[in-house]
Amino acid sequence: MKPRQKRLAIVGGGLAALAVTAALVLNAFEDNLLFFFSPTQVYAKEAPLDRPFRIGGLVEAGSVKREADGLTVAFKVTDTAQVVPVTYKGILPDLFQEGKGVVARGRLGPDGVFRADQVLARHDENYMPPEAAHALEQAKKSQGSVVAPAGGSGK
Amino acid sequence: MNWSSFSDFLAMGGYAFFVWMSYGATALLVVAEIAWVVKQRRQSLARARVQRKIREWSSS
Amino acid sequence: MSIHWFKYASPASFYGLAGRLIPWFAAAAALATLAGLYIGLVLAPTDFQQGDSYRIIYIHVPAAWIGMFTYLVMAGWAAAGIVFNTRLSGMMVQALAPTGALFTFIALWTGAFWGRPTWGAYWVWDARLTSTLILFFLYIGYMALRASIDDPRRADRAGALLTLVGVVNIPIIYFSVKWWNTLHQGASVKPGSSSMATVMLTGMLVMAFAAWMYTIAISLARVRSIIVEREQHSAWVGELLVAEGHVGAPGTSGGVPGSKGEKAR
Repeated sequence: MKPRQKRLAIVGGGLAALAVTAALVLNAFEDNLLFFFSPTQVYAKEAPLDRPFRIGGLVEAGSVKREADGLTVAFKVTDTAQVVPVTYKGILPDLFQEGKGVVARGRLGPDGVFRADQVLARHDENYMPPEAAHALEQAKKSQGSVVAPAGGSGK
Repeated sequence: MNWSSFSDFLAMGGYAFFVWMSYGATALLVVAEIAWVVKQRRQSLARARVQRKIREWSSS
Repeated sequence: MSIHWFKYASPASFYGLAGRLIPWFAAAAALATLAGLYIGLVLAPTDFQQGDSYRIIYIHVPAAWIGMFTYLVMAGWAAAGIVFNTRLSGMMVQALAPTGALFTFIALWTGAFWGRPTWGAYWVWDARLTSTLILFFLYIGYMALRASIDDPRRADRAGALLTLVGVVNIPIIYFSVKWWNTLHQGASVKPGSSSMATVMLTGMLVMAFAAWMYTIAISLARVRSIIVEREQHSAWVGELLVAEGHVGAPGTSGGVPGSKGEKAR
């Protein structure tokens, strides 16, 4: 190969690599920048209802119900404004908990129930020992009792 | 001290596989990189020695 | 002031400076690693929601930080190379890339082994993970580009351009968790605040310092090899071989490369 041809090949290869990277980036941005949609977005029909998508939010407290088979579970995803009921059959991640973050992938049925084929837990960025978390919880409770009229949790 | 025994430490609260896969792979990769850099140094010096000899021969 | 800097911009004098600095950075890296591991794995308590799986943070976050930071430093050297046309700049970019790639890979690897027990998946295509994978590809792309160009000075220029184009990815990685919905949680440590218990934060920062010192030490060691490699035809490298005792004095014959015991002569 002559030097000029080689230069051309290098420039061509470089451009091709750049094009592939750009395509990868754009493709990733198109589909995945919004990794999940909130219940509010689902109600506003911003989510692609005709194909599988992900829904994310908090597992509503008290909404988790397990079927007798031990695998099927029903719960509600909330962003505090809207609520979407979800059913899922499979093993839940360790960090799946009421009141904690969750991301479920699946389809929204005509009955308004989201049928998930994958459920992921979404944890927050706080790290602390269990005792500290417990103390924080207690502080929150006693603070709430000051405001609440029938608060009798004083020590 | 967070652990009551050494086996307690190794068990990592049930997450041993994930924790030690992370730490183990990292240790392995860092050691491999150091070995690679040492090898690179030996090779570059060896090549420079050849060049020096060539210069010596051509000048004498 | 600037005179001193430009003095060290010559590969020959930077070679000596790097050699004197390496032991200090290596020692700092070793000590900080021991201290960081002790704080993170022994002293630090279990996390309230993730249990002990969170201990991966002591590798994951420092590796991710250094993976991104090394790229910024590379881009700085690349820009300096284009502006001042110094030979050392290209060599530094070349020396930093493998370590940047290594730490980015470690961040991805440990992230996978952290994601499985906490999220429930080794990998997801969210904005944070995808943009970090692209960073890894940028490092690999830079090294592949270098390898495909025979003339080192031309490889320097092409590599510098690629590095500078890719730098746009760094803010994308950093702010991805703020700009878009991601499975990855937000930053625990932001300038001026943190959402971690003090012991945990200390362990992580010490490990980040260790990774930083390691990166400086190993890339200085690598750039010394690159300097010798790329300047092997020059007289100063020949004199250096004698001065450092890799060959005998001039005229006493340098010996065959690879033969043992030359230092003893």
